[in-house]
Amino acid sequence: MTDTPEVASAGANVEYSQLGKGLPRTDAPGKAAGKTPYAGDYIMPGMLHVKVVRADIASAKLTKLDVSKARELNGVACVITAADLPDRMAATDIPGQTGQKRLDTDNQILVRERVRYWGEPLALIAAETKDIADRAWELIEFELEPIAGVYDPEEALKPGAPIVQGKNNVVAEHKIKKGDAEAGLAAADLVIENTFRTPFQEHAFLEPEVGLAWADENDVVNIRMSTQVIEHFRFIADAIGVPHNKVRIRGALVGGGFGGKEDVTIEIYLALLAKRTGRPVRLEYSREDSFVGHGKRHPFILTYRTGVTKDGKITGIDVQMIADAGAYVYLSPYVLLYAAVAAPGPYKVENLNVYARAVATNNMFTSAFRGFGGMQACVAYEQQMDEVAKALDMDRMELRRRNFLKTGEPISTGFIPPSAIWTDQCAEQAWEALGEPAPSEGHLKIGRGIAAYQQSYGRLTFLHDTSEAWVGVEVDGTVIVRSGVTDIGAGQISALGQIAVEILGVTMDDVVIYNSDSAVTPLAGTTTATRALYMTGNAAKQAAEAVRDRLAARAAQEFGVEPGDVGMAYNKVYVVNNPEQSMPFVDLVKICAAEGVHRSELVMFRAPFSDHLDPETGQGQAHPDYTYGAHAVEVSVDTDTGEVAVLKSIGAHDVGQCVNPAAVQGQIEGGTQNGQGYALSEEMLYEEGKLVTPSFSEYLMPTSMDMPKVQSIILESRSGIGPFGAKGIGEPALTGVAPAIANAVADAIGVRVFELPITPERVLMTLREHQKAAE
Amino acid sequence: MSTNKMITLNINGREEPTEVPAHRTLLEALRDLGHVEVKCGCEKGDCGACAVLVDGMAVDSCLTLAWTSEGKEITTVLGLGDMETPHPLQKSFSDTGAIQCGYCTPGLIIASKSMIAENPDPSEQDIRIGLSGNLCRCTGYTKVFDAVTEAAAVMRAEGGKS
Repeated sequence: MTDTPEVASAGANVEYSQLGKGLPRTDAPGKAAGKTPYAGDYIMPGMLHVKVVRADIASAKLTKLDVSKARELNGVACVITAADLPDRMAATDIPGQTGQKRLDTDNQILVRERVRYWGEPLALIAAETKDIADRAWELIEFELEPIAGVYDPEEALKPGAPIVQGKNNVVAEHKIKKGDAEAGLAAADLVIENTFRTPFQEHAFLEPEVGLAWADENDVVNIRMSTQVIEHFRFIADAIGVPHNKVRIRGALVGGGFGGKEDVTIEIYLALLAKRTGRPVRLEYSREDSFVGHGKRHPFILTYRTGVTKDGKITGIDVQMIADAGAYVYLSPYVLLYAAVAAPGPYKVENLNVYARAVATNNMFTSAFRGFGGMQACVAYEQQMDEVAKALDMDRMELRRRNFLKTGEPISTGFIPPSAIWTDQCAEQAWEALGEPAPSEGHLKIGRGIAAYQQSYGRLTFLHDTSEAWVGVEVDGTVIVRSGVTDIGAGQISALGQIAVEILGVTMDDVVIYNSDSAVTPLAGTTTATRALYMTGNAAKQAAEAVRDRLAARAAQEFGVEPGDVGMAYNKVYVVNNPEQSMPFVDLVKICAAEGVHRSELVMFRAPFSDHLDPETGQGQAHPDYTYGAHAVEVSVDTDTGEVAVLKSIGAHDVGQCVNPAAVQGQIEGGTQNGQGYALSEEMLYEEGKLVTPSFSEYLMPTSMDMPKVQSIILESRSGIGPFGAKGIGEPALTGVAPAIANAVADAIGVRVFELPITPERVLMTLREHQKAAE
Repeated sequence: MSTNKMITLNINGREEPTEVPAHRTLLEALRDLGHVEVKCGCEKGDCGACAVLVDGMAVDSCLTLAWTSEGKEITTVLGLGDMETPHPLQKSFSDTGAIQCGYCTPGLIIASKSMIAENPDPSEQDIRIGLSGNLCRCTGYTKVFDAVTEAAAVMRAEGGKS
């Protein structure tokens, strides 16, 4: 069926003692017992409570802001408006941790004059109690003079449209030109054109944004913060006007992130108030604040023109993308770039043209969200594959088989991924695992869908990403890992432990991991972009290997063999060819300690560094590597009510090498839930920029009643560039889910709903239109 | 603003006096007393992260007023077991990988405990219904179903002691 990949296999036939086992994560028992402190669980004596005052019109001029009554209220320590701020801006770009040039995307910390989105912060209150802060909030007087706004990115592109950002609202543009798309389309037997629409999505982590800040005895502003990115300390320092080494972020285990805690959220507010009041300040967003306080997933409008031959060979594709960036730029240029690179999907397309634009509107700003543009592209390219198959009257799987990219072939940017491309195996296995279909009965129509994908892991290579980890062995043989990596729930820190104990031949009971303190743990970069295992895992592995090598050299001396003959596993050190000759690991460590052998190592791992893509053709390297896989579902659609139920849901992914299968399954299962909500029920409704669904009773995530038991099929090519040949799975787990569901619904009812989410209303409307057209 | 009143809450078997106004929710009162294992997710009864047992029944502590909780037995996830001697639910959630970010976990474990007390041998559908008031954004519930099934079996074998 598939050729064995012609790429290096990092660990074929290797037996691991700790790796690849579904061991309980180091953070799990504490969380189960209720012993794990989250950022919101910290308090300090004399602490003040913060409240944010927000604009209640999306596009307006601030004509009056009077906080004097609030300031006079007993128990109010401080009220800050833009007038109190030094003339500084907040950076919203991808953190410049590597010193790479940032984009020009800074924005105002508090509204100076122009309000661009509903809920944009006007003022900050710090008070002795939450109740007093609430009363002060009522005493703040402001007036907003409405300015004509624009809430649709296509409208925002028209001449004469209200300007939200820049000269023409276009905040980013990307092009990919490979081969000759028009010639490819002209050579086709059939050209199929469709437009697909994707919606806003809320991250809906269960822990709202929360933090506690104080200035310490060295005048360092400390922030205990729920964040994916402790290295925002640099942007925070710039925003409040202090040197970078005067801001310290102490992370905590994060109550969910999904990209929603990737940008700076409340850190700058906390830092400003801690500086100004000289007291600890705490801010915890309400759920409604959280809904309006961080960026959403970009809605996209994607138009695909695909040319194919009669026998199903793609001859060319033209793609036009418009993304709604909302009121501020944030990470829109990067999200858009991911979408453009992903445009053809995991298919061999020699003639490709992509033109993608991100457009400012007065909607909520949009930024990072698990899947990061690659997912929106997949929603389009995989629905388009089904539409092409339908037009050709060809089996959907067969069309995909004839076009899948193979190992060693270049992607859209001309870059050849260094690892195996096992999309075909993943798709076949997921499809087959659906088994026998349930029968359609009356108004309950059964349908099936599949979506294959390509999703990057690791950050854009032109950002020159690095990550550090430190591994040390204590005198009693226990192991310590230190790394700045934040754990947002996927088991990022436990994986580092599992890697270190595998290398050092001890067990998970022997390791403790210290993480996410920007001042005292080695800086590991962001927990974003499916990079934590790849980047920090490699750093931890190399650090552990360096320690192991020194210990093994000493053991070799003891055994009278070569260092390469020394094995370490299950707390024993032994001669590989003669395991009888051994000693306890702890005894070796004691010898090394007595003799001053260096038992720790700090390693910086560097991702491949590249130049920017060619601005005209988009050719070059964008990412370090890619994960490939597929998701298959079976649904039932009730043609009377329009309701869709997902009956079977199967993700098949080549993860390279599983570090912890339970954690990998967890990513697949959770990603499936997120994708199902995106496909069917999660809808953010805005009226002139005002969010009218700011709660979990209006914004409907899949519950225990909605989710099928998810089946995970894990393939291991051991070809990835992560530790032990691992690839990333955090974002890839989600990418294919929504288009698979959309394809299944279309299969069930014979007509496609071109806009997500596929709500009962949209299903019924589509059926009705189809019926009318048929009459 | 209402006046404060001294009340005594029975939390995990200990009497804890506290002075709170009438509008203070049980969630706020518990967290102010240091029971930060009770998590705040929405303050609207939508997510279940703040669930505690009140006389053995799971309730959203954000929808319960502290004043009305006097004289009742309040149990948080810390009252079920600790890291050395975890409750079967705490152990199964940890062992099966049903915990990711863990923020919803205390509420899920409390809701599971309440459900198993009513129905010691729940089917998958019973578990779905029993946990339908608890949102989780990380796990997709697949391993949560496994964890609850596994714990219920252990609890039956123990004769309903835990």
